[in-house]
Amino acid sequence: MEARKKRRAVVDGSACVACGCCVKVCPLSAIRIWHGVRAEVNGERCVGCGRCAKECPASVIEIQEVPV
Amino acid sequence: MKKRWYDYLWIVSLTYLVLGFFNILFAWLGLLCFFIPLIISLVWGTKGYCNRYCGRGQLFGLLGGRFGLSRKKDIPGWMKSKWFRYGFLVFFFIMFFQMLWNTYLVFAGAQDLRQVVTLLWTFRLPWHWAYHGTLLHPGAAQFAFGFYSVMLTSTVLGLVTMVLFKPRSWCVYCPMGTMTQLICKAKNRKQ
Repeated sequence: MEARKKRRAVVDGSACVACGCCVKVCPLSAIRIWHGVRAEVNGERCVGCGRCAKECPASVIEIQEVPV
Repeated sequence: MKKRWYDYLWIVSLTYLVLGFFNILFAWLGLLCFFIPLIISLVWGTKGYCNRYCGRGQLFGLLGGRFGLSRKKDIPGWMKSKWFRYGFLVFFFIMFFQMLWNTYLVFAGAQDLRQVVTLLWTFRLPWHWAYHGTLLHPGAAQFAFGFYSVMLTSTVLGLVTMVLFKPRSWCVYCPMGTMTQLICKAKNRKQ
């Protein structure tokens, strides 16, 4: 049986500028800025809607399918 | 999402830019945009200013987003590279200190007050109509002209990258953002 997959946002932390644009648009409050360094996704909450990826000025967020 | 009071700080940023056209001495207020982010990052170790209170970022977000003045394309890779971000920070610093040096020369009486706003560090725009004299030293006015030049230049650059790329592209290479992120990295490196 094929493993169940879920879409979720994945941040390239090394290139993130921690501006917080993603936090403002997330409808589920599933993303936060970790100590002013990088964005961090809460995998439990994120449904992979892609709003953060669209908003990110540095385009460092990708929506990926990850096994549940 | 519910709007908070700080979601309207773009009005403050816009007012600041407009005031500079009427009385250049208002440019001094721009120091708040320098000190507040630094204090937040130094004391709390966060980029709270960028994340919540930056009126300039909000203004770009509004113009590029709701007003549709942005192509919403990805920013080129080199513009988000550390090399460019740190390079731009250093360049910005050098230009800032050059501005401070010019201010010092006026304070020291070695140079006369120049009523110009220098755009993109190159173009000297006559700005005498926004200067109505000061009770303070002319050096205080020179700083205002210099500081407003910094603020106007960064706004113009931000607007250009807003149109070309995503609305808040300025945030990627904003020297204050880069500097506060470096402070946060240093403060939180143990975690």
